[in-house]
Amino acid sequence: MPAKYAIHHKTAKPRFRPIGKLGIVDWREDCSSCHNCVKRDCVYRLYRDEADTLRDEAGYLDYIYQCKGCLNCVQNCTKNILTRVINPEFLRLGDGYYTPDLILSTWYQAETGKIPVSGAGYGGPFSGPGFDSMWTDMSEIVRPTRDGIHGREYISTGVDIGRKLPHLAFDDGRLKVDPPPLAETPLPVLFDRIPRHWNRGAVTALIASAAAEIGTLAVLDEADHRENEAAARGRAIPFLTAPHPETAQPGGAATLVMIPDGPDVLEAQAALKADHPGRIVAIRIPADPAAAGRVATLARDGADAIFMAFDRHGRENGSAHPRHMRDVLRDAHTTLVRQGIRDEVTLIASGGIAAAEHVAKAIICGADLVAIDVPLILALECRLCGECERGQACPIALEEIDAEFGVRRIVNLMAAWHSQLLEMLGAMGIREVRRLRGETGRCMFFEDLERDTFGRWFGKRKADA
Amino acid sequence: MSTVSSLPESVEVSREVRPAPPRYRNEIGKFAIHRSSLCAACGRCVETCRHGVHVRPEGYLHVMRPFDYRCIGPGCGETESYCIDACAHGALKLSANPVSETMGDRRWTPDLLLSTWAMAETGLPPGNHLESEVGASGGGFDRLRFRFPDSPPPGLRREDISTKLELNRRGDSRPRIAIDVPWYGGGMSFGSTNIRALLGKARVAKAFHGFTCTGEGGYPQRFIPYKDHVITQVATGLFGVREETIQRAPIVEFKYAQGAKPGLGGHLLGDKNTPSVAAMRETVQGVSLFSPFPFHSVYSVEDHRKHLDWIAHVNPRALLSAKVSTPADVDMVAVGIYYAGGHIVHLDGSYGGTGAAPNVAKKNIAMPIEYAIGRVHEFLAAEGIRDQVTVIASGGIRTPADVAKAIAMGADGCVIGTAELVALGCIRCTACESGRGCARGIATTDDELLEMVDIEWCTQRLVNLYAAWQRMLVDLLFRLGLDSVSALRGRTDLLTHLDYEHEA
Ligand code: SF4
Ligand code: SF4
Ligand code: SF4
Ligand code: SF4
Repeated sequence: MPAKYAIHHKTAKPRFRPIGKLGIVDWREDCSSCHNCVKRDCVYRLYRDEADTLRDEAGYLDYIYQCKGCLNCVQNCTKNILTRVINPEFLRLGDGYYTPDLILSTWYQAETGKIPVSGAGYGGPFSGPGFDSMWTDMSEIVRPTRDGIHGREYISTGVDIGRKLPHLAFDDGRLKVDPPPLAETPLPVLFDRIPRHWNRGAVTALIASAAAEIGTLAVLDEADHRENEAAARGRAIPFLTAPHPETAQPGGAATLVMIPDGPDVLEAQAALKADHPGRIVAIRIPADPAAAGRVATLARDGADAIFMAFDRHGRENGSAHPRHMRDVLRDAHTTLVRQGIRDEVTLIASGGIAAAEHVAKAIICGADLVAIDVPLILALECRLCGECERGQACPIALEEIDAEFGVRRIVNLMAAWHSQLLEMLGAMGIREVRRLRGETGRCMFFEDLERDTFGRWFGKRKADA
Repeated sequence: MSTVSSLPESVEVSREVRPAPPRYRNEIGKFAIHRSSLCAACGRCVETCRHGVHVRPEGYLHVMRPFDYRCIGPGCGETESYCIDACAHGALKLSANPVSETMGDRRWTPDLLLSTWAMAETGLPPGNHLESEVGASGGGFDRLRFRFPDSPPPGLRREDISTKLELNRRGDSRPRIAIDVPWYGGGMSFGSTNIRALLGKARVAKAFHGFTCTGEGGYPQRFIPYKDHVITQVATGLFGVREETIQRAPIVEFKYAQGAKPGLGGHLLGDKNTPSVAAMRETVQGVSLFSPFPFHSVYSVEDHRKHLDWIAHVNPRALLSAKVSTPADVDMVAVGIYYAGGHIVHLDGSYGGTGAAPNVAKKNIAMPIEYAIGRVHEFLAAEGIRDQVTVIASGGIRTPADVAKAIAMGADGCVIGTAELVALGCIRCTACESGRGCARGIATTDDELLEMVDIEWCTQRLVNLYAAWQRMLVDLLFRLGLDSVSALRGRTDLLTHLDYEHEA
């Protein structure tokens, strides 16, 4: 058995005061100065820490928004003058997809490398669009299951990228064919290139280093790739938008390269492989309504790997009624299955992968692996405020980030995602993530469950429901 | 403060409803009433308000600070007893309480929290100013409604309506056990929850001839006076499972999985593993405890059967219950439990639970209980064994309306957990695991925080909650025209779903 893959995490405290959710304020002005101020009794020492900070002028201010909201101080105050408020800055974080809670959770994981744990059950909506309309399955009794992160047994999260043969041929017991090259990543999560407005200071270099540290791969624009090859230690995928004039060999020595889709893309692929027999080419296509057909064509014509780029919220591009990745991937996957060529090509899904659960769910829908971008920047404390896109100053001074610190934050986030992936795989009784691909049988979809229960009792679901 | 060592072995617990006021100085309500300095202490408000908001103790000149959490809000303006209008000095102001708006979440809305507190205080239905039946999750229970006939059948009287639930339907030699209300208390382990809260749960179980469950943390000695109402849980960690704890129990529950973290073992983080918890679990203090998943001795239906047989022999009088989560094949699992000799199939849906769980598991693994109940009910019926087994649903049961909906979908009864903790003052801050545990003294083993509640108070709050629920359930059955809760089982024709084009 190979050594167990583990991502080592080490606490990386945020550089800036994280935006907390809850705070306590005085809302009436008749404090009696009664000297048994309940603030002293906060079990989380928030007021004391705040006072200490004010004295020392070290650390962050605004401890108030680190309140856990137990309401003890509010409910014990002699004059009932305290009230709890929700931090307006918290509510402004992110958007409807990268919600404030999701951002806080990402920060927590990037700081600690741990799985977010809480008590008191689930408090969210019953279901929602996209990935929120899927529940993964679990094994009760009868299937041999594994132990998740605390177990003794090995759950593999490794996947291969590249073309695979439909079958092997043997001659006198010896392999008669040359299997095409494969690149392995121990985690089914690649790092995608990030939008230019985030590409500042050490950011690209540290993303490349983080990928190298955990053994995954980072997609870098070609110029960035040349600059950061050292940081990437062979774990970068240059994105070649056009053959490069100065270099005779586009992509340098990279084993894996990425090119955009186009009419002559397979010729371009052949050219890139001509001098590098061991090279794997990933074709990046926009995930639009024609994507499933395009994937099938490319797969049939010999593509190694197809990278489907969805929008930031995991939706199709170029459609008035964009479908979520969930449905587009299922479509592409089943098209390939029907044509009997699913196993020959690698499908990578990117855009809108915002949490560990999305990795498992995208794979269930048919991707071999996923790529992420926004979470990498969130790990670096980004608030998704958009100031950088508007050319304004970044409140977390992203351009000044220390590379080592940034690497830690991203590695921590991936450690937490890896652990969560193991929890989900363990619960499903699946020992390797390769076997999860397209396994919709290990998952329950909202519309199916609704139809099989409520649909039988109450007829048709209302169109606008 | 009473301690259990002062309670006799055969302690009786009264089912009588008695006021159990909140334990905080400033209880939170939906509305705030502010009395300004214009007040002339005339006492009109005290005479006017029918909800106990304004109080002037005998012999006092001044009216006390308003108990505004009892206020029913602007709706009171329609009545003759509206203090705001009654005050001739314009001293009173009514507004929404900003704190209440920040409480809870989509499943447990501020109104559900407040109405549960009101029931736990008074033992009465919470009143119309609070939405006490549904939350705002946007699906499942929260979108299901009952369809009431125009008028109940003549001759039906509320006092004749039965809420009893029979637990042993196998017709075997084991005892027939009936509980007074169709729900009982779920397992919370010693170590995760304040022993005083756990004893309150055991005592209300005794009062209603129902049950509570040890959870997986072992059987505290202090449960022994209530042993006829305590289910011993056998979970994958086997903490504290011994011959005598099995033999003592009227029901033994096998916890295969739990809804809060389906497919994962239990978690008890190191801080909560105090010396007494460690002793109970026979482990080392301060070490985080992760139970394995699943039972490492059960990898097949045959193993499962052996597993139940083992307990059946150790305790020939116990009923056997298997608590499972809600996977895609939950119906097959339920049949398996019956054939292995189980009396109770306990389905724990994915959105409930009180203990610490990874957020990723709470939200994403296994199906919500609303989908599982009907599947299991109908599958067991098709197998011809539905009436030989009791189906219990849990995992997101917050109100008596949820209980009734679960039963209408095909369960026999329910197990509740969070609702009991809310009755004891839980506000669902979800920080149960951080540091010393629950800051409100509920889910904690911290010596100082334990002091925040006492056993008598916990008991009374739960007795009141149960009484209010029972009353509301009876009222619902009356309006549906049914004379017993068992007549409601499987009556999906009495339900409707707001998102479906159901014709009446
Ligand atoms: S609500 Fe609780 S956590 Fe927040 S400041 Fe008050 S006592 Fe501390
Ligand atoms: S915090 Fe705002 S300005 Fe800074 S990188 Fe993020 S979105 Fe841009
Ligand atoms: S009615 Fe008005 S003036 Fe009279 S006691 Fe009440 S608040 Fe004061
Ligand atoms: S920590 Fe919060 S959620 Fe947990 S039991 Fe206490 S009050 Fe309830």
